[in-house]
Amino acid sequence: MSPAHFVALAVILFVIGAVGVLVRRNALVIFMCVELMLNAVNLAFVAFARMHGNLDGQVIAFFVMVVAAAEVVVGLAILMTIFRTRRSASVDDANLLKY
Amino acid sequence: MTAGHLLAASQGTSTGASVTFWILAVISVTAGLGMVLARKAVYCAVLLAVVMLSLAILYLVAGAPFLAFVQIIVYTGAVLMLFLFVLMIVGVSARDSLRENIPGQRLGAAVAGIALLVLLSLIVGHAVIGPAVPAGAQYGLTNIQGIAHLIFTRYVFPFEATAALLITAALGAMVLAHRERLGPKPTQRDLSRERVASGHPTPLPGPGVYARHNAVDFPALLPDGTPSQLSVNPVIARASGGRLGHETSAPEQLPPGNGTGAEPEGTAAEGAAPEGAGSEREEARP
Repeated sequence: MSPAHFVALAVILFVIGAVGVLVRRNALVIFMCVELMLNAVNLAFVAFARMHGNLDGQVIAFFVMVVAAAEVVVGLAILMTIFRTRRSASVDDANLLKY
Repeated sequence: MTAGHLLAASQGTSTGASVTFWILAVISVTAGLGMVLARKAVYCAVLLAVVMLSLAILYLVAGAPFLAFVQIIVYTGAVLMLFLFVLMIVGVSARDSLRENIPGQRLGAAVAGIALLVLLSLIVGHAVIGPAVPAGAQYGLTNIQGIAHLIFTRYVFPFEATAALLITAALGAMVLAHRERLGPKPTQRDLSRERVASGHPTPLPGPGVYARHNAVDFPALLPDGTPSQLSVNPVIARASGGRLGHETSAPEQLPPGNGTGAEPEGTAAEGAAPEGAGSEREEARP
């Protein structure tokens, strides 16, 4: 397959993730959509690495995975803290700083 | 993407790779759409696992075996399990409400998504994305050695920074998830007093009617024949839908004090199945 196909698939998955972040209210699902966007970008990195014939893209995708894992750990811990105080995982309920 | 590129690509890759790509592309896009549309968060997590596994196989197709296994181990193994753990703690029963707090949010999100798709497609369409480099040593057996070489020479400082980031994240998660105990720890005496004072000193009844069902989503029958709401986890009871809702809601609709009068009706409905099952069994025996 040519890298263009991979990039097109990455674009579609990225847009799906972005729409999910906009639409969903459950903070956990929003996190999952962010993970989907990160995965899509990783796919594009791998495709471009294949196109250029070197491994730099794969190394950067590896770093993206590590950073995403760290982000998920901290994000889920914050989510649990919010859930403990407000008994809700919906982003609509965390609105004390709104006004 | 010109015709020449496509031609070169079709000449350079095997049909097996392209068949795999198209199947996995359809699967991953479908699962991604389902993830956005599914209302229950557990379904979203499972569909995200499908997307991530398909992407791992796509990495294999694209000549990145190391990344494929890292994807499976880190994402599917660690990140998604973490998601599921937090989901079990936080909100298995929570569903997204369909009420829009911001008027026109869904429509706006859809329009924004289509606009983003058009924008990115234009960008990708204008970019010159060349054909894949013929699979050489870098994408074969020595892929891991090549990545190791890059990580420990050119990218060694980002790699060390990654280590610092991981330690910081682990410490941060521990600090955030830690809960300070505000009062003294309850002793066994306190716990037993609390249990008796709560009006329900015994354990909750177990689910299932052992004559017919022992599924966890089936309510136990009390001695008077009524199903016990306490015996079923409300999450499962809600998920299993009509059967349980019908049987458990029937006694609640009765006026209080008339419970004994309605009992034969409930037991008749309950007793019909065992009798039928018993007669079938007797018929089958001779």
